[in-house]
Amino acid sequence: MAFDDRSKLLRRYVIDAMRGGGRGHLGSSMSMVEILRVLYDSVLKYDSTNPQWAERDRFILSKGHGCLALYAILADKGFFPISELEGFCRPTSRLGGHPERGKVPGVEASTGALGHGLPIGVGMALAMRIQSRNSRVFVLTGDGEINEGSNWEAAMAASKHKLSNLTVMVDYNKLQSYGKTSEVLDLEPLVDKWKSFGFITHEVDGHDIVSLEEILKKLPFSDGAPSAIICHTIKGKGFPFAEGNPEWHHKSGMTEADIQQMYDCLV
Amino acid sequence: MRKTALDCVYQLAKNDDRVVFIGSDLGPGVLDKLKTEYPQRFFMEGVSEQYIVGMAAGLAMEGFIPYVNTIATFLTRRCYEQVAVDLCIHDLPVRLIANGGGGVYAPLGPTHLAIEDIAIMRALPNMSVVAPCDADEMRRLMMSTLDWPHPIYIRLGKGGDKIVSEEKNGFTLGKSILMRDGKDGMFVTTGVMTQLALETAARLEKNNMSVGVLHFHTIKPFDSTGLINAIDKVKAVVTVEEHIVNGGLGSAVLETCSELQPKLLHKIARIGIPDRFATEYGSQNSLLNHWGITSDSLVDAMTKKIAEK
Repeated sequence: MAFDDRSKLLRRYVIDAMRGGGRGHLGSSMSMVEILRVLYDSVLKYDSTNPQWAERDRFILSKGHGCLALYAILADKGFFPISELEGFCRPTSRLGGHPERGKVPGVEASTGALGHGLPIGVGMALAMRIQSRNSRVFVLTGDGEINEGSNWEAAMAASKHKLSNLTVMVDYNKLQSYGKTSEVLDLEPLVDKWKSFGFITHEVDGHDIVSLEEILKKLPFSDGAPSAIICHTIKGKGFPFAEGNPEWHHKSGMTEADIQQMYDCLV
Repeated sequence: MRKTALDCVYQLAKNDDRVVFIGSDLGPGVLDKLKTEYPQRFFMEGVSEQYIVGMAAGLAMEGFIPYVNTIATFLTRRCYEQVAVDLCIHDLPVRLIANGGGGVYAPLGPTHLAIEDIAIMRALPNMSVVAPCDADEMRRLMMSTLDWPHPIYIRLGKGGDKIVSEEKNGFTLGKSILMRDGKDGMFVTTGVMTQLALETAARLEKNNMSVGVLHFHTIKPFDSTGLINAIDKVKAVVTVEEHIVNGGLGSAVLETCSELQPKLLHKIARIGIPDRFATEYGSQNSLLNHWGITSDSLVDAMTKKIAEK
């Protein structure tokens, strides 16, 4: 599937940041560009000029190492200037290698250590209910991330509380740091797992804009249960040398030639 | 002390709709009144401390003040990363009410004995650490927690403790209380060990030794000024805590003197739990005996230290 200009632009922003920092989780970021694009273009309620607007939907990037893609969409939406991207990981930049609440406008929770987003998201969804707000809570997890047991503790609780205002999306790119998720710690049957934990669960091609929009429009999938969307994605999507290659989970010490090679893929 | 803490949670919840209670899998009937009157703000979430701390963080991010209660070891060891990341990095007003500090759960063995909780909690930036000496002080502490803008670790001692704290001393988080003045020596204490120190100071008085008791209900932030003022003039200082000697109150005292008044260091001896996991069961008192945390050992340590040149 060829990218349209918008998907290419967001990827260019990610590369701009990687060029500035000389590093970054390329593979982990590129698998979720379209998920974030659709969320911020068509689904989430927010005001980039007032990131603390009480009635906003909450989005937690639980796989914090994918922050390059989040920074790209937040900058694109005006939460902070696009020019800040090139400061990525520099000493005084707001944009670190993992996103921090209170530093980066639009970031709801500091993540990086894995398995924290969903428990926090459950707390937020309960808060929305107690406060009678219509705001929804979205949590995007990685696939390797859900090796962590805290996710499943939180999943049980989300189901117990019938949190129909909570949606978990799994960026299922099938690769974690060491290698294939199927070999490191197999998640299958993943859809059945979420279903058995009480989530109404659907699958989608996580790079297909139309399919993502269609499935997200159907939320909540039930008025009495939380929702889960398993997004089938490709790690490093858009960069043939990185696609499906765990060597590109994270890169540091990048050269100008590396960067140019990446820009060239987006022509 | 625990009953008082939970009664206070009810009072706080009644007076302020930001207050929520979160338990893990506590005994039947805990805070039933809160559950009945404010069901939306009562949570019993199961044996899932990692999730519970994250959930509390999520609620606090939205303006609530969660009071979380379970056994101390499970609120510290089990979910240390959640406490560090979800509560301390975000600097959220979550209160951790930790049952069974020290040897309270003696018959249950080392998995249930919170012996290093103060050390690991005080190591975390933004965390405050408190250990009241009795139920009355627990009440004063709890009622002052509402607007403290940071996370608080609240260490509970054994139930049915004697009441030794006094209303007139009040309660200010971060301030020590001179419970008894002394010319020769000073016990520096925290939690229910303050009771033991007061009892021991009375014994020493009969031996013509004037020994005071400086009580730290708050171990972090540490009242350095209160410490230095109280121990500057005495000959000997013995720290007493129901906690391993590494990293707890005694360590805080040594660190403070080392930085501010190194000339005071020679006066200080520490009494606490030895650096090993418990090998006995029995009762809290039998474990304290086993660890050498007794009135007799306090007398010995203080007497020796006062006699030192």
